[in-house]
Amino acid sequence: MAEAFLRRHTPELFGLATLLVCVLGFEALIRGGVVNRYIIPPPSDILLAFERVIVEENILARCRDTAFEMLVAGGASVLVGVPIGVLLYRSALWRRAMEDWIGALAAAPIVLAFPLFLVLFGRSPKTIIVMGFVHGLAPIILKTVEGLASTRPVLINVGRSLKMTQSQMFWKILLPSAMPIIFTGIRLSWTFVLITIVGIEYLINLGGVGQLINELAERYDLPGTYAGICFVILVSVLFFLALERVESWLQPGR
Amino acid sequence: MAAAGSLTSSSIPATPRNVLALRLAVAVFVLCVWEGLSRSGLFYGEVVPSLLAIFVSMGKLLIDPIFWRNLQVTMVETVASLAIGAGFGITVGIVLGANRFLMRAFEPVVYYLSPTPRIILFPVMIMWFGVGPGSKIALGALSAFFAIALSTAAGMRQIDPILIRVGRSFRANIWQMAFKIYLPAMRVPILNGIRLGMGTAIITVLLGETKLSNQGLGYMIMQIYTRFDMPGLYALLILVFVIAGGVNALIGHFACD
Repeated sequence: MAEAFLRRHTPELFGLATLLVCVLGFEALIRGGVVNRYIIPPPSDILLAFERVIVEENILARCRDTAFEMLVAGGASVLVGVPIGVLLYRSALWRRAMEDWIGALAAAPIVLAFPLFLVLFGRSPKTIIVMGFVHGLAPIILKTVEGLASTRPVLINVGRSLKMTQSQMFWKILLPSAMPIIFTGIRLSWTFVLITIVGIEYLINLGGVGQLINELAERYDLPGTYAGICFVILVSVLFFLALERVESWLQPGR
Repeated sequence: MAAAGSLTSSSIPATPRNVLALRLAVAVFVLCVWEGLSRSGLFYGEVVPSLLAIFVSMGKLLIDPIFWRNLQVTMVETVASLAIGAGFGITVGIVLGANRFLMRAFEPVVYYLSPTPRIILFPVMIMWFGVGPGSKIALGALSAFFAIALSTAAGMRQIDPILIRVGRSFRANIWQMAFKIYLPAMRVPILNGIRLGMGTAIITVLLGETKLSNQGLGYMIMQIYTRFDMPGLYALLILVFVIAGGVNALIGHFACD
């Protein structure tokens, strides 16, 4: 059984082994003085710093702060974005007029406008949440329109033949049919929201994990900075994995 | 009445003329609301400056040599980061796309690292490359790398196998295969990857400049913010958005051709 597992997952194990060899290689190079330990700390020091970052720097509470901002901004994006998407779907004229603009909003470097938001909302979590919300809005609107527009005509015709009201058509046919694509929009949106929130926390030195990394770097606590960065990467990877799981659960056929 | 198989309303047809009229109407409405808010006294005059003040600031910026010097610095950093990111990204993408074993071994790492907030790596880049343009270029290159590598790998897997067989039947060597078969066949995915990479590289370079720099448009934004010159801040942000959007549209145009 173990042999079958090894044979089936040889590439993944090779990838992990390569990663491990790289880490050990860095450890040897740094300890041997080839790489300056004041630029890259030994991986073993980074590993040891994890405990300090979790206990002394209270990274879990900071994660909670970031998660709260994320939840409010991401939730608001869904609550506002889906209805706007539905309204745009209902009017072909508005959809054609606004879709390109909303697409441009999705691609715009909104995060750069943080000094403007600082003036408008002050140096508080409000600024971070509003920026996350604005950045997360466009993908949800676009994917809601796409999801509703891609409802199979036969389903709509079935609803009509059953003499469904507009409301029944929406809740029983359009929304369930569009849900997988809307969730893809939510995944994209929450990715934008997370990147914006952590980025702004780091840039304005306020809030959760982004601020912690900034503080550790300013203290020149190298192992702590690297451990904090590894922690944030780990948490964001787990977050995207969880979102992907929910998405694939909603789209069993794909 | 709605068309069969669709529930969109069709009281006003979505002709190009109507679409243009609606866009103009929305733009005029937004500008009027803005000017109204500016004159209403509900906000501090500086927070919502009048449109005239913003346009005047924009005009001043456009004739200011400091703006063009900073734009040049940002463009050089962005182009350098894109060149490095694209070089590594296309190479890694081709390797991952061509080899199933390596794809399974390393593509998940690239895929799951790609959406992480890269700006948090800025302290590391400062330690490695200093506080000058090097750290911004490195961060921008890292940002561009992921989008380009993933797009190239996906494009590599979509190449028509017949093209590859034709190349092999002509006994093309590895370089001929790369430049005569793979790269021309992957033009669109590579350009799309470069477009995405360019977008993230511009944002990352600018953010790096806002955090720690003494030149570039990001630095200029922070300078204007520190002076609390709100019309100037709005004007500069509009210009940055237009430049970023223009570059994005230009590469998108090449990808669609």
